[in-house]
Amino acid sequence: MNNKMKIKSNGITKTKSKFSASRFFIYLILTVGAFISILPFIWMILTSFKNYHEVIARKWIPSSIRFSNYVIAWNMAPFPRYFANTFLVATATVIGVLITSILAGYAFARMDFFGKNAIFILFLSTMMIPFQIILIPNFIIIKKLGLYNTYLAMIIPWIGSVFSIFLFKQFFTTIPEDYFDAATLDGCSHFRFLLHIALPLSKPILITVALLNFIWSWNSFLWPLIITSEEKMRPIQVGLSYFTIEAGTNAHQLMAAATLTIFPIVLLYFFVQKQFIEGVKTAGLKG
Amino acid sequence: MSIFKSKNQKNRSRKNNKLNKGYLKKSFRAYLYLLPAALVLIVFRFIPVGYSFYISLHKWKVKKVAYIGFKNYIKALSDPLFWNSLKITVFYVVGTVPITIIISLIIAYLLFQKIKGRSIYRMIFFLPYITSTVASAAVWLWIFNPGHGLVNQLLELLRISPLKWMNEPRGILKIMFGNMGIAIPKWAEGPSLALVAVMIFVIWHYIGYDTTIFLAALGNIPSELYEAARIDGANRWQLFRHITLPMLSPATFFLVTVALIGSFQAFNHIYVMTSASGAALGGPLKTTTTTTIYIFDRFYGSIKTGYASAMAFILFWIILGFTILQNYFGEKRVFYE
Repeated sequence: MNNKMKIKSNGITKTKSKFSASRFFIYLILTVGAFISILPFIWMILTSFKNYHEVIARKWIPSSIRFSNYVIAWNMAPFPRYFANTFLVATATVIGVLITSILAGYAFARMDFFGKNAIFILFLSTMMIPFQIILIPNFIIIKKLGLYNTYLAMIIPWIGSVFSIFLFKQFFTTIPEDYFDAATLDGCSHFRFLLHIALPLSKPILITVALLNFIWSWNSFLWPLIITSEEKMRPIQVGLSYFTIEAGTNAHQLMAAATLTIFPIVLLYFFVQKQFIEGVKTAGLKG
Repeated sequence: MSIFKSKNQKNRSRKNNKLNKGYLKKSFRAYLYLLPAALVLIVFRFIPVGYSFYISLHKWKVKKVAYIGFKNYIKALSDPLFWNSLKITVFYVVGTVPITIIISLIIAYLLFQKIKGRSIYRMIFFLPYITSTVASAAVWLWIFNPGHGLVNQLLELLRISPLKWMNEPRGILKIMFGNMGIAIPKWAEGPSLALVAVMIFVIWHYIGYDTTIFLAALGNIPSELYEAARIDGANRWQLFRHITLPMLSPATFFLVTVALIGSFQAFNHIYVMTSASGAALGGPLKTTTTTTIYIFDRFYGSIKTGYASAMAFILFWIILGFTILQNYFGEKRVFYE
């Protein structure tokens, strides 16, 4: 993919490389754009090291690298608990999504059954439902199920991910029919074929689905905001939104808390950047 | 494509196995595979849509109070606050979607040239998109802080008087013309400066996503097209105008669709930027109360569940209408190979 892109872009600009002025402007625009993109993060981290006086005086660079704001923020609100909640909910959501969407994706890709096309379209149609419309009834349903203010309430509604089903279906369809024929000749059932042959082949898509769902869960806000009532149940985004109000004028402490919230996802992003961008592209181009 | 294929397969197998017990058994087994996902989708997607409509026909607080027919809908359509929220939503959509797409297209096009360090640029542009809107909106709230914020500090360096940003209910055009000493009518004031601040945040947040999609689409344009056009003597602008843009139209169409649906539902960053700014949720003076915020406020703040459901339904029809319109008019302009 990358190589192909390189060759093509070479084709476009081959004759242009001598005009250094235009190249200069390209770099200038891109660098200014990149700077604007990253400036809020730089400012956030710089501010997280400042003291109150430096915040008020609008100093750009803190006089020393102090971690006291992190310690204060960490102790001001139950951040360890927030992180543990979020991690638990996100991990469980990912596991749930993987189970439901691998099974359903496999059925749509490799099994023949009555009403297959109609059911698939019905599944796809749920992607069109806007969130506000199901927010209120889901809230009432969760309450009726007795799950209000529980972890399950933050997990269960999100383990049916049509987008993930779609990705798995697409991938399982590409596995050559011969593999399956050979396996069934040896008396292999659908389930064993899925477990021992299809899944090991689908590692990249597994990572993509897991990653995207983990980040969606980590960053989710509105649903956990209304479905939790106690502080100890809050995930990090909800906790941070309350802290934004509580911190008042203590921007330095808020920036420390924001840095802590963003850090795990950015770290994850650096490690699996390629799968991540591929995932977003697949989501974009096929979804 | 895949849908048609499976349709054929289905028809074929149906003919062959219409009364075949084996087929029923096979179907049953497949349903078992679908069951976990289907259960979740039925309980938390399909039932809620119907349930939501049911709620909207009732006076409903914490629990059902009384059936009132379409009164909630009539109430919404005669509620000036609801209309105001629609106006603000339109400002928000019009002010964010086209700008984000144009900037992203420029960045993607430039990145696609023979650039050193492309992957680093791409990584940086993408960074805002992966960070949670709650955390990054909290950061931007402080960047826009009138007293200690970065933006006003930069404005002062440029000898521009500082602005109140999230605390400024006056329309942006009113402020601009006001500085020139021109009074403008109320309807022409434009979005409040607070809403403009929210929009700047949104554009910043989504550029990386749109750029990534455009970059992928640029990579899919066959280079032969460019070569052929260049042999015919096309210049750079002509290449861009007559090859790149038409070839990108499916991606643009997709991004517009996603952005439209997404921005009608925008919530998190508006909530964070307004509820913590000291101007109250949707403030100042309700100038950032988009329809989503208004629905949330009626539902969660005033527990008017039935009324909030009715407004959510109206919003749903508006989104659907826009999507259909966009499909109808956009489809003609999209160039497919």
